[in-house]
Amino acid sequence: MSMFTRRNLLQGGTAVAAAGIVAGSGLTRWAEAWAQDAAWKPEAGAELTLLRWKRFVQSEEDSFMQLVAAFTKASGVKLTVVNESLDDVQPKASVAANIGSGPDLFWGLYSLPHLFPAKCTDVTDVANYLGKKYGGWVPSAQVYGRSGGKWIAIPVAYNGNVMNYRIAAMQKAGFKEFPKTTDAFLEYVKSTNKNKTPGGMALGHASGDGNAWVHWCLWAFGGNLVDAKDKVIIDSPETAKSLEYAKQLYDNFIPGTAAWNDAFNNKAFLAGEISWTNNGVSIYAAAKADKKQDIVDDMDHALWPIGPVGKPTEFHVAYPLIAMKYSKYPLACKSFMVFMLEAQNYDKWLIDSVGYLTHPLNAYDKNPVWTSDKKLTVCRDVAKRTLTAGHLGSVGEKAASALADFIVLDMFASYVSGRETVKGSIKIAERQAQRLYRSRA
Amino acid sequence: MTDVAADRRLGKRPARDITAWDRLKVNRNWLGAWYMVPAAAFLLLFLAYPLLLGVWLSFTDTRIGQAGEFVGLENYEWLWEDSVFWMSVFNTLLYTGVASIIKFAVGLYLALLLNRHMPFKAIIRAVVLIPFIVPTVLSAIAFWWLYDSQFSIISWTLRQLGLIAANINFLGDVWNARWSTIFANIWRGVPFVAITLLAGLQTISPSLYEAATIDGARSWQMFRHVTFPLLTPIIAVVMTFSVLFTFTDFQLIWVLTRGGPVNATHLMATLSYQRAILGGYLGEGAAIATAMIPFLLAAIMISWFGLQRRKWQQGGSDG
Repeated sequence: MSMFTRRNLLQGGTAVAAAGIVAGSGLTRWAEAWAQDAAWKPEAGAELTLLRWKRFVQSEEDSFMQLVAAFTKASGVKLTVVNESLDDVQPKASVAANIGSGPDLFWGLYSLPHLFPAKCTDVTDVANYLGKKYGGWVPSAQVYGRSGGKWIAIPVAYNGNVMNYRIAAMQKAGFKEFPKTTDAFLEYVKSTNKNKTPGGMALGHASGDGNAWVHWCLWAFGGNLVDAKDKVIIDSPETAKSLEYAKQLYDNFIPGTAAWNDAFNNKAFLAGEISWTNNGVSIYAAAKADKKQDIVDDMDHALWPIGPVGKPTEFHVAYPLIAMKYSKYPLACKSFMVFMLEAQNYDKWLIDSVGYLTHPLNAYDKNPVWTSDKKLTVCRDVAKRTLTAGHLGSVGEKAASALADFIVLDMFASYVSGRETVKGSIKIAERQAQRLYRSRA
Repeated sequence: MTDVAADRRLGKRPARDITAWDRLKVNRNWLGAWYMVPAAAFLLLFLAYPLLLGVWLSFTDTRIGQAGEFVGLENYEWLWEDSVFWMSVFNTLLYTGVASIIKFAVGLYLALLLNRHMPFKAIIRAVVLIPFIVPTVLSAIAFWWLYDSQFSIISWTLRQLGLIAANINFLGDVWNARWSTIFANIWRGVPFVAITLLAGLQTISPSLYEAATIDGARSWQMFRHVTFPLLTPIIAVVMTFSVLFTFTDFQLIWVLTRGGPVNATHLMATLSYQRAILGGYLGEGAAIATAMIPFLLAAIMISWFGLQRRKWQQGGSDG
C-alpha cells in the first residue's frame, strides 16, 4: 500500500491509463484516493438509482457494474442500476420528470435532456472540469449537453453507426476499399447485388439503424427537415435528389428491408444473407462471441460515404447522462458523473465496450481500443463526425419527436417502396413536420 | 351543566329534533345507495377520472414533462388533415372488422365441435385455450420469427417444396403486413370466443333438441331455430368484448411492425402511443385516443341493441 499514496495515484490518473493499472484492486485503491480528493463530496447517506439503456455488449455492462461497485466502495453511496430497453428510457424519464419523482440519474438517447431542460440539474461545473482535464468536448457533445448557456447533461458516450461489410464480396465487386463517395457507393451497391451478395438497410420503424441511414442520405444531398429557425424546409430539390438516390440503392437491396427493425440486419449479416449493412460494431462482437471466425476475418467497418455536400453527414447515437433536479442527492449524482469519466474508470470501460461506444472527450483518442484492433479504429472519430438530431434546427423536443415519429424514415420508405411519388412523399413528411413544429406553410 | 349530568344519570337522552341526516342513515331506500358508494368511488377514481383527464388533455398542448394550455380543437384540426391519422383509422377499422368476423365464425364453429361428445374432450378443450393463455408478447415474438423476411419457416418450407422462388415479404409489403397482423390477432383471439360460446352452448337444455328432433328438424334447422336464438345474449357479450379487445390491440402490432411499413399497420392505439409517449406530444396522443371513443361506443351500441333487443327474451314474440 505504501507504494500508492493518494497524491501520486491521482497524478498518475491524469494520464491515459493502460488497462493493467486499472484492473482489480488498483481500481478500488485509486477510487478510494479519488473519493477523498474529489471536489464533489456526496451528501451523507446518499443513495442513487440510475436507469440506463440495456447493454448491447455484455462486456460493457460487466465493466460498467465494476465501475459502479468501485464508486460505491469509495464513496459509500449505494447506486442501484436499472436496465431498460433503449426505446423505454425516454418515456420513463419523461414521466419521472413530469411527476418529479423516480430514478436520480437517467442515461438515454441524444435529445433526452432537451425534452425537459428545466428538470435537469445544472452540471456545468462537472462538464467544465472534465473538458479541461481531458482535452475538451467534441462539438456535438456541446450541442447535446448544453441548453441556454449551461450544461444540463453529460454526453457520456456515442454509439457509432458505421458501414459493416464483407471484404471478399467487396473485392469481388471490384473495390479495393470501401467507397468514399455516394457515387462510388451506388456502384458498389449495384455490383454486390449483381454478384448475388446484396446488402440492405432498414426501412421499417427502426429507431437506430433506420434513422441513421436515411438522415445520412438526406443530409448528404443537402436536404434538411428544418432550418436554423426550426422552419420546415423539407420540400426542396435536394430532398428530391436524396430520395432518387435512395431509390436506386433500394432497388439493389436484398428484398424485405421495408420490414426491418433494428435487429433484422444483424441476423441477416451473421447468417451470411447480406454482405453489407449499417450498424454498430455489435455484429462484429457477436461474430466473435459466436466463434464465427470466417465472418470475423472477412468483415470490416467503414465510415459513411460523403455526398455532394462534400463533408461527412453521419448520424450517430449519443448517450447523455442526466441528473434529475428532483434528486435529493445532486452532489452524489455529480460525483458519479465525474468518477465515471475519469481516465482510470473510463479507459477500462471503453476498452471493454470493444468499439461499440465512442468517447466525447478528445483525450480518449489515445485509448488502446482504437489501435488494438484495426477493424474498430473507424469508430474512434464518430463523435467528432456526427451531426446532431435536428441538424440545422434545435436539438430539443421537436427534433426528438420527429425522430420518434419516423417522419424522414417514412418519407424514404414510402417513396422507394413505390407507395408515393417523390412529391407525394415529401408533402406527407412536410405536413407531419409542420404538425410537430407547429408552422403552417 | 348539572341538568345534563342529572339527565345522564337518569338514562335520558338530550332531546333534539331528528334531522334529515338521521333519516338518511336509517332509511331503507337510501341503504342501497350507501352500499354502492365504494363501488362508485372506485369507478370514478379509476375509470371516469382517467377517461375525463384523457379527454381534457386532448384539448391542451400538454407535452411530457410540461403542463400545457387549453388550445381548443387545435389537436383535432391537425389530425383532420393528417393522412397518417386517417390511415390509422382505416387500419383499425379493417383490423377490427376482418379479425372480429373471422374470430366469430371460427370460434362458433370450434364451439359447436367442442360441444359434441368426443374422446379426450377435456384435454382438447384445454388445448384450444393455449393461444389465449400464452402472453401476447411471447406469441407476437413467435409470429415475428414466422414472418421474418429472411428466416421465415413458412417461406423456407414453401421454397423447399418448390412453390415459391423468393421469400414472402410478410411484414415489408403493405397488404401482406396487414393480413399477417390480422392473422396473428385471429389466432390469438379465437379461443376466447370459442370457449365462451361453448359455455353458452352448454346452458341450452338438451330437451329443446329432443323436442326439435321429434318435430323432424334437421341439424341446420336446429342450429338456426334453437341454438342460435338461445346463444344470442352470449354472442352479444362475447362480440362486444372481442371487438373492444381487437380495436384497442397494441402489443401484437408493436412487437411485429411498430406500425410500419410506412404506417401501413399503425392502429389508433399504436399511433397514439408513438405520438404521446415516444414523441412526447401528450395532447395529440390523447386526441387520437379520444377519437377512438365514438367508434367503441358505436360497437357497443350495435352489439347491445342489435343483438339483445329481442322481445322473446322478455316473453314476447320475436317480431
